[in-house]
Amino acid sequence: MLTVASLSRRQLETRLAGPGLLVQTGAFVSRIRSPIRHVADGIALLYGDYPIHGEDGFADFHVGLQYPGGLRRWYQPQVNFDLDGQLPFEPLPEAHAFPMLEWGLNWCISTRAHAYLMIHAAVIERGGLAAILPAPPGSGKSTLCAALVNRGWRLLSDELALFRPEDGLLVPVPRPVSLKNRSIDVIRGYVADAVLSRPVSNTTKGTVAHLKAPADSVARAHETARPAWIVFPKYEAGAVTSLTPIPRARAFFRVGDNAFNYSHMGARGFATLAGAIEGCASYDFRYSNLDEAIALFAALEAPR
Amino acid sequence: MKRLPILVAVLRDPGLLPGLRLADWDLLLRQSTSANLSPTLLALIEEHGLLDAVPAQPRAHLDWVRALATRHRQAVGFEVECIQAALARVDGVAPLLLLKGAAYAMAGLRAGAGRLFGDIDIMVPQARLDDVESALMLYGWASSQTDAYDQRYYRRWMHELPPMQHVRRQSSIDVHHAILPQTAPVHPDPALLRAAAVPLRHAPGLATLAPADMVLHSAVHLFFDGEFDKGLRDLLDLHFLFLEFGARAGFWEALPARARALELERPLFYALRYGRRLLGTPVPDTVLDALAAAAPNRALLAVMDALFERALLPMHASCSDAFTGVARFALYVRGNWLRMPPLMLARHLFHKALLSKKQSS
Repeated sequence: MLTVASLSRRQLETRLAGPGLLVQTGAFVSRIRSPIRHVADGIALLYGDYPIHGEDGFADFHVGLQYPGGLRRWYQPQVNFDLDGQLPFEPLPEAHAFPMLEWGLNWCISTRAHAYLMIHAAVIERGGLAAILPAPPGSGKSTLCAALVNRGWRLLSDELALFRPEDGLLVPVPRPVSLKNRSIDVIRGYVADAVLSRPVSNTTKGTVAHLKAPADSVARAHETARPAWIVFPKYEAGAVTSLTPIPRARAFFRVGDNAFNYSHMGARGFATLAGAIEGCASYDFRYSNLDEAIALFAALEAPR
Repeated sequence: MKRLPILVAVLRDPGLLPGLRLADWDLLLRQSTSANLSPTLLALIEEHGLLDAVPAQPRAHLDWVRALATRHRQAVGFEVECIQAALARVDGVAPLLLLKGAAYAMAGLRAGAGRLFGDIDIMVPQARLDDVESALMLYGWASSQTDAYDQRYYRRWMHELPPMQHVRRQSSIDVHHAILPQTAPVHPDPALLRAAAVPLRHAPGLATLAPADMVLHSAVHLFFDGEFDKGLRDLLDLHFLFLEFGARAGFWEALPARARALELERPLFYALRYGRRLLGTPVPDTVLDALAAAAPNRALLAVMDALFERALLPMHASCSDAFTGVARFALYVRGNWLRMPPLMLARHLFHKALLSKKQSS
């Protein structure tokens, strides 16, 4: 199958500026259109391994990053995220175009793909068993996820845990990992050959850069995983590494709080979440040292 | 007329579905999403037993849509129960008269299958408005318009209270006492509508408008309004209502006279005309003849065709031409024009544009 890397830079730009580039990320195909250089840069750098489809193929999401009309095209240019003619967000400065694409694609999935119970969480897998890391921003979830997927774990997603209600398995959407502020340098130091997009400062989340997903995770984007551990990470400077079990009922509500579409799913959502909690060991996890965190994750035992 | 958009063609003839290529499905789903009609499309596909013929990628989309539609149906039933509970002790409102989407859904009409809508519409006698509003407030609904001008505007001139929203569930309810603003040029008598209302046999305590009135309300709602972002959905409501009620004895025979009694012949004329032209709604010639006098003159009709046959298409780039924007704007102006006399409209727009904005900033 053809990948983004099989296109020359010129071909990539022509597609983006013209009919759109159809990129497959896990279960989803997005048609991306944009005349903006930052978007082509980010895709060329981070999406090389992803399969592409022909122009007349089917896409789940038709997204664009476009310049608004008027004078702003020339004076401090801005960019709009366009979902097939709808503009769900306020425009951002042109330099934010690539992070905006990443956020926009997450938004497309979390507001549309209601065949899954969707939780705001990172998901990683080892030996067929998945760890789910639900967490609010600032907890160090993405840093931990980025470190783990470069130390033997497979990336399913940095943002979206997709539970399939039919069998309770997790469906991957491996995409670049979003790193913020100090974690950008932490991961640069921790992952020798880290491929990172150009950091963009002054976004609503501070300075943001995206880390390329491991090629193996992208190649295995159709392999589901069984949920085994739910770990709520919390980075605290100077904290001693600690893993504390959480009672199931409490874990249920805490995971539910991080769900995008729990209420949309009705009884199916309840059953799916209950099944996941039942089959998982749930923990609170505090850490300050990544090496210790990696060692602890490597030693996690499969729940009975 | 130009070639119909694929969504309209499929709604008109579901037999086209098995012949669609993947690229057709791509466009069909996009147009359906833009028109807020994806669950309706799903209902149509299931009704015709065609789900297994849908290729895997669009079928996955339909699964996403099914989850939403299922949830929506549950939520509507629950909200209606909550409203019934809130109004149980208000005199003169039972049975609770539902309008539009909630009525189609609770009556189990074909028009309600898969239809998405944002708020529940009910109609109560004008004399009971204060009691109804207080009772709803006790149960958690609050007026979502806080601006004093808007409050006054609704209460003085409109046919409904300012929209109310439940403080916890965020669900909205529109409490009507008539089907057109008091400032509109015609005044369909709400007492006539209430007198003919039909209790729902399988849902005690609920009622809907009689079939002819339901159709007329749907028509006036669509063709007196200025915003057509949900135009195709509303035209499709009419199409399904005509199909379903048209099969009942006496419906077509009584419709023109009822339209005359309620002063709603013109919107009925438009509903039948554009239903036929866009969706192929079957209408007996006798009904068309009876309404011939309600048609606008030839020149005006040509203009209205050009406007409505653009604005009633899905709001999607693939359904627009160079004049779509102009058509939508012209109909927006017309909609406001029909709501109130010119001087009042000027005052209203002046207030909305300058004073309301100033207050909110």
